[in-house]
Amino acid sequence: MEAGGDRQGIGVDDWVASHEHRLAERAGFAGLARKIDDRVPAWARLTLFAAFAASLPLWMGRGDLFAYGIFTLIYILLGLGLNVVVGYAGLLDLGYVALFGFGAYFYALLSSEQYGIHWPSAISIPVVVASTALLGLILGIPSRRLLGDYLAIVTLFFGQAFVVFVNAANPTVAGVGLTGGPNGIADIDPNDIFGYELISRTQQYYFILVVVLLVLTGLHFLSESRTGRAWRALREDPLAAEAMSMPVNRLKLKAFAFGAGIAGLAGCIFAAVLTAVTSGNFGLPILITIYAVVILGGIGSLTGVVIGAIVINVSFQFLAPENPQQNARVLFYLVIVLLLAFGVRPWWRLGVVLGGVAALGFAAHAVAGAISSSWTAGPVVEGGRLAGVISDWVIIPAGHERFANAAYITLVVLILTLTRVHGWWRTGLLVPTLYLTAVVWETSFVEQPAVARWILFGALLVFLMTVRPQGLLGTPRVEIV
Amino acid sequence: MTTEEKTTPLFEFKGVTKAFGGLTVVDRLDFQVNEGEIVSLIGPNGAGKTTAFNLATGLYRPDSGEILFEGQNVVGLPPHRITQLGIARTFQTLRLFLNMTVKENVMAAAYGHTSSTVIEAIFRLPRARREEREIAQLAEEKLAFFGQRLAGYRHGQQAYNLSYANRRRLEIARAMATNPKLLLLDEPAAGMNPNETLELTELIGRLRTDGGYTVLVIEHDMHVVEGISDRVIALDHGVKIAEGSFEQVATNELVIEAYLGLQGAA
Repeated sequence: MEAGGDRQGIGVDDWVASHEHRLAERAGFAGLARKIDDRVPAWARLTLFAAFAASLPLWMGRGDLFAYGIFTLIYILLGLGLNVVVGYAGLLDLGYVALFGFGAYFYALLSSEQYGIHWPSAISIPVVVASTALLGLILGIPSRRLLGDYLAIVTLFFGQAFVVFVNAANPTVAGVGLTGGPNGIADIDPNDIFGYELISRTQQYYFILVVVLLVLTGLHFLSESRTGRAWRALREDPLAAEAMSMPVNRLKLKAFAFGAGIAGLAGCIFAAVLTAVTSGNFGLPILITIYAVVILGGIGSLTGVVIGAIVINVSFQFLAPENPQQNARVLFYLVIVLLLAFGVRPWWRLGVVLGGVAALGFAAHAVAGAISSSWTAGPVVEGGRLAGVISDWVIIPAGHERFANAAYITLVVLILTLTRVHGWWRTGLLVPTLYLTAVVWETSFVEQPAVARWILFGALLVFLMTVRPQGLLGTPRVEIV
Repeated sequence: MTTEEKTTPLFEFKGVTKAFGGLTVVDRLDFQVNEGEIVSLIGPNGAGKTTAFNLATGLYRPDSGEILFEGQNVVGLPPHRITQLGIARTFQTLRLFLNMTVKENVMAAAYGHTSSTVIEAIFRLPRARREEREIAQLAEEKLAFFGQRLAGYRHGQQAYNLSYANRRRLEIARAMATNPKLLLLDEPAAGMNPNETLELTELIGRLRTDGGYTVLVIEHDMHVVEGISDRVIALDHGVKIAEGSFEQVATNELVIEAYLGLQGAA
């Protein structure tokens, strides 16, 4: 049966079929990261993460522990829940944040002076998780026949309806506004372990860490079970899944409810840690952030969610308004250099581009300074050694208000042109484009941290999606071959 | 011939009609498949063969008529229930779970005859662990059916890495993992080279002898049809125009006319 010619036939066929795959596997650092991800067993990864996370309070200040530690853990939890719905079952649920909000508000109602109820966490958390899962199920019932975009629209509506309800409707129940309207609910009890209240940040941090580790472990087992496989199968091809004995509608509801339950759990922790909830916490920005966590890490990967949450939250906190503007600048140039390092091959071409940009900068600065000193007299935003270099490198004019606008428009034109040219033209054009990017950044954005923060965040995502469309640890997804 | 014995057939279409708008795709179709048989469904493009499969597996609901499996009418049951009863199919257009591994594709299809719950899976309770072992073993068994083609190192590959012929094999392995009694194969030889087609012919024979499955197959390749069929059913415009041994059907005037047009008869 196994003739020699036969075997050769298979080989050639396979070589063609797996060509793309091998190309994807080879790709640089990310490819290496993926290989490591494949080789290191799940328990080792979990142990590594647990050990690192557990050491955090030992070397981090209390304020940082709150901003970096606790918030990263909450993002991980939220990402894990969304990953079940979007990553495993492939249901584009944009109402996810409403479930998180429902969990937080419900916990607040059960643990504050709003109605004078103070249930212990051992009772309130399970009740909230179960109710949120039920709400997810109810939301899923009308949605289960909707696919893709339609599901997204319906769930987005639900998400917005929740915010409006909490903020504006605020129905009066037992003489008190149920949700506290725009003021929200304040003075929420901390979580407790059988009566022992977790008041210090360190205690809270360890409590959440244990919860996250448990959820991670459970989800790992679940994803390798019949239900996990069925979810992924229905994401790939619902019709084939149905024909292969999987009850697709019921599985969708299960995914909705399960993801919602985790969102509810995250809500309980969030409300307790913040000690107050308002509708503003559950709007579109957080929805986008959670999606960014899941997409950046690689949809469907648990390790990916953890890494995505760390990257997103750390860069977010790093850029927080109370931190020096220097941070934004460092990150900005770091992203550009990384983008080049990943995007420009081979290495000597990268060297040409970097050297060219540096040379162009100093030359342009010298020429501009020679024409008129006002062209280089603009103030440089403070920030250590980097600011010193920039004041000699980037043209920052004093006066000349139109300059920044003209530079901005030229930059847009250059970037658009860049997408239309190839080869040496692209490399050559890259040099002025990069320099102009630096000019626009230094003249327009660095002084507006709020704007700069979102622009950088966007740039970071664009960077990652360009380098790894499937996310850091995601499997390259193939639709039709 | 064994078909003359008057026993309940394993699978039966009784006056099944299905129309899409004004177009009747399957018209009062009657046929039977007995246990242990390999039956081929042939006919020109648009004859209603794949529609018959879609009706049998519950993807479409017939306008009238009955579809009996082991004497039970399966009309109106959802597809996953029908599969659980013991009818599994492959798809002409190949609908694998492309971004899952080869082994996972097969393991996923064991959903219908396993029963551990989400809670049992999360806490790795004994039943979940036992079922996982059984499913993995089942998948390896089914993949082993294809010899070297889907062996060993391929288990961990993503399904999209497979060649076209191997995807067809994986579709069959996946259908087998639902533990069916009746296998419906929709053009299993499409896109295969002559060598692979020959191998497939032998494989379909083994599906009956080693696997114990009854097989109903749609096929255009007449060498395959000749090689495997106990009985051949020819359709044209949704109507059964001939039934019998390969020789009987191949020499039937209506069949020749359906394939070659009217000139031959005139």
